Amino acid sequence: MALKSDLPQGTLDLLILKVVALGPIHGYAIAQRLQQVSQDVVQVPQGSLYPALHRLENRSLLAADWKATETGREAKFYRLTKKGRAQLETETASWQRLTESVALILKLSEGGV
Amino acid sequence: MNWWRRFWHSSKMDEQLDKELRFHLEQQAQDLIARGAAPDEARRQVQMAFGGHSQIAEDCREARGTRWLEDLIHDFRYALRMLRNKPAFTFACVITLALGIGASAAIFSAVDPILFEPLPYPHASRIMMIWDGSHDGSRIPGTFGAFRAMVEGSRAFESLAVMKTWQPTITGEAQPERLEGQNVSADYFRVLGVSPALGRDFQDSDDQFKGPNVAILSDGLWRGRFNGDPRIVGHEVKMDGDLYTVIGVMPAGFENVLAPETQLWSPLQYDRSLPPLSKEWGHHLRTIGRLQPHVTQAQASLDLNRILHNLATIYSRSNSDYRPPDQFIVSSLQDDVTRSVRPALMVALGAVMLVLIIACVNVTNLLLTRSSQRRAEFAMRTALGAARVRLIRQLLTESLLLAAVGGVVGMLVAKMGVTGLVALSPAGLPRAHAIGLNGNVFIFGFILTTLTGLLVGLVPAWQASHDESGAGLHQSSRSGVDRRHLARRALVVTEISLALVLLVGAGLLMRSLHRLFAVDSGFNANHLLTMQVQTSGHQFDDDDYTRRFYAQTLEKVKNVPGVVAAAYTSQLPLSGEIDEYGVHFDPGPGGQTEGGYSTFRYGVTPGYLETMQVPLLRGRLLNEGDVANAPHVVLISESLARLRFRQENPIGHRLHVGRVDLPWYTIVGVVGDVKQASLAVMESYAVYVPAAQWYFADSAMSLVVRAKGDAAPLAPAVREAVWLIDKDQPIVKVATMESLIAATAAQRRFVLVLFEAFGLVALILAATGIYGVLSGSVTARIREIGVRAALGASRSNILGLVLRQGMTLTVWGIAVGIAGALLASRMLGTLLFGISHLDPYTYIGVTLLLISVSAIACWMPAWRASRVDPSITLRSE
Repeated sequence: MALKSDLPQGTLDLLILKVVALGPIHGYAIAQRLQQVSQDVVQVPQGSLYPALHRLENRSLLAADWKATETGREAKFYRLTKKGRAQLETETASWQRLTESVALILKLSEGGV
Repeated sequence: MNWWRRFWHSSKMDEQLDKELRFHLEQQAQDLIARGAAPDEARRQVQMAFGGHSQIAEDCREARGTRWLEDLIHDFRYALRMLRNKPAFTFACVITLALGIGASAAIFSAVDPILFEPLPYPHASRIMMIWDGSHDGSRIPGTFGAFRAMVEGSRAFESLAVMKTWQPTITGEAQPERLEGQNVSADYFRVLGVSPALGRDFQDSDDQFKGPNVAILSDGLWRGRFNGDPRIVGHEVKMDGDLYTVIGVMPAGFENVLAPETQLWSPLQYDRSLPPLSKEWGHHLRTIGRLQPHVTQAQASLDLNRILHNLATIYSRSNSDYRPPDQFIVSSLQDDVTRSVRPALMVALGAVMLVLIIACVNVTNLLLTRSSQRRAEFAMRTALGAARVRLIRQLLTESLLLAAVGGVVGMLVAKMGVTGLVALSPAGLPRAHAIGLNGNVFIFGFILTTLTGLLVGLVPAWQASHDESGAGLHQSSRSGVDRRHLARRALVVTEISLALVLLVGAGLLMRSLHRLFAVDSGFNANHLLTMQVQTSGHQFDDDDYTRRFYAQTLEKVKNVPGVVAAAYTSQLPLSGEIDEYGVHFDPGPGGQTEGGYSTFRYGVTPGYLETMQVPLLRGRLLNEGDVANAPHVVLISESLARLRFRQENPIGHRLHVGRVDLPWYTIVGVVGDVKQASLAVMESYAVYVPAAQWYFADSAMSLVVRAKGDAAPLAPAVREAVWLIDKDQPIVKVATMESLIAATAAQRRFVLVLFEAFGLVALILAATGIYGVLSGSVTARIREIGVRAALGASRSNILGLVLRQGMTLTVWGIAVGIAGALLASRMLGTLLFGISHLDPYTYIGVTLLLISVSAIACWMPAWRASRVDPSITLRSE
């Protein structure tokens, strides 16, 4: 199982926001989606997922409603708030800036410019 | 959802959280089954993968941000339960804290309005008191002349006023009544910054020589005597035979700090054109002024002394005998009013803080005992994952809760304390009406309670959290026990040393009071009844009538059965009256008039010195022959004779008292010194002139009566005897001389009573402290004691062992305490009399007292230790 510590600090929040942005979704589905899309590289243990969800909800980045799933069971569906969408945009932008910079640095050839 | 709602709905949120996590679990299991796993196996795998369900739930709750409050409530409930389960422990702590907090709050309630709160006037810091100062810096009441000069010349003051006491008798429909009043110059209320609630203030036109008779009433008099009649303004009331028009009523909340008992005011109406030797120029006025904004006290002082310089120039050129004072002294009204009680109150505040600290130390000790009993509980909680911070918080919650209950009970103690304090307070305590439990006292009490709660909880919390985890589960960890005992011993040493400081204070005050009462007053105070007989009415404008009235009443009083001797005097020793005149002697050997000795003037009827039993040292006493038209004679006190004549014989020399334009008084006798102001004050220059030969008749005289037996029961008969002559004349200040002497020591007695009470509390707390530590230590060492006994230690060996342990603590406490007392007792300063603050007898006495009390406290645990049966102790292991 890939561990939470493998993800850089704050990345899990960003990933959750991104997945939720695609439409209302419950906790289990978020974990499934992350795993599928990342081709099993990102596996979020529940011990990290749920505290993160609750934290985001308390910061009003996510909102939640209890709704029935397609199988007819009641589940807590998260959706993005306006504030959450704004947060997602800034975080995505800064993430991209960071990865590009890191990539540039890693491309340096050893022993000279 | 906002924070508050998250907290409020926490149980519902817990439910939903559980549901959400369960849903996750089941979805996962279904997925596994769908992939072909057996249902049971799937569920088992999921459960394992999911890990600690409760841990996740905990983390989610943490994310809610309401955790600390939930913990707090939990801690609080737990603390409540713990305290309820140990009623004796809780009771001991609460009572101790309540005593400490309550006593502190009570003292604070007295100290706050007097020393810290500004006086109840607008911009009170600008109100100044102005005194004439003599060359040695002592303060003398002001004169009318100096006041006029200030009013005309001062630029520093917005307004200035003078006042003197005035005691008119009011007659009319209701009973005649003697009132406490003030004659004030027109700006008096403007200086204070308070206006009448009804009617108008005094104006310059009211304060003119032979001006209209007008009066302003206090709210109390208006309500009490005039039933709060709203149409009182404009009405006339009859006082001392004259009609006065009421022009105003002061507001209910008005505090007249200079004379709190004042019921009414009328204008001074002195003649501004009076020559500087008239009666109005005597030092009998109190002067106050309101500074201009932004003018400092120092600037005002410079301003007034500039005026003084001009005055001095004017009077040195004229051939008048008036001499302006050496200086004017400007001090803030607040300082002036509180000057006399400040040392006593500061000392009381210091003492009560010591009591509070001792109470805290004692409760800390109790909590430590308690936490050593609870070590297993703490160890268990730590083992179950409670963080160190949580344990500390739990213990602090408990101590804060204890302090809170102590604080609430303490406020009840304070309520009683304040009542007692006011009853006990020396007469003339300024702002006595403002003493009570008000907002400030509650805030003070709250802060004190919080600090106390944190303070007493700190040491036990620190200790509990630093116990090596696990050590507590198997009970006998030596290091933990040692550290705990070290702390408790240190606390006991602190308690003993603080108690010693308080007891030394009490001892020093007690010895001072004994010394004070051992002082020779100069007369025989036993069986002496005193009262002031005043005159009221226009018939007394005639001096001869007044003298006749006093002569006739004296005859009646002498005839009362049980009266051995009686006489009148213009001022009574130790009554608080001060009537001083400058005395000028006839030219001495050098040929110069010697003068200016400030001297007590007693205008007395013949027989006064015999009644008081003041010893005659030389010459003769006054007698019936010393009438108005006989040669003027005077007696002088021993100290005055020594000052002027050294070894020479003063008989036959002549002197002037006050006015120098009148016939000389010839000295016919020298009598012993008498204490006038108080037993503690050494000043004793005095002259005794026959009342008949004084240049005016005093309008109030003190009657002294020597009784055959007890003096107090004679009072009604003596009063009736005076009233046989004229029943409308007021008789006030009826007291035995013994009670007057006691009253002069009132302030010292007040502080002494506080110290005795605090010292006693401190002693009890220290004794229980040392008892607690020793019994705790005996319990902890019971096995060791058993082994010693089994190895042949005798009972007295063991008794000695424990006693030695207790007495070592006591000796340490005494050593530290004596060092502290040597420093702290300096603060008693002026409250001491006749002994040094290092008085060895006091220190030795207190040390012996503490040693014997702690020996008693140690005896019980020591005796218990000596009874330990080795076989039982050893078997129980």
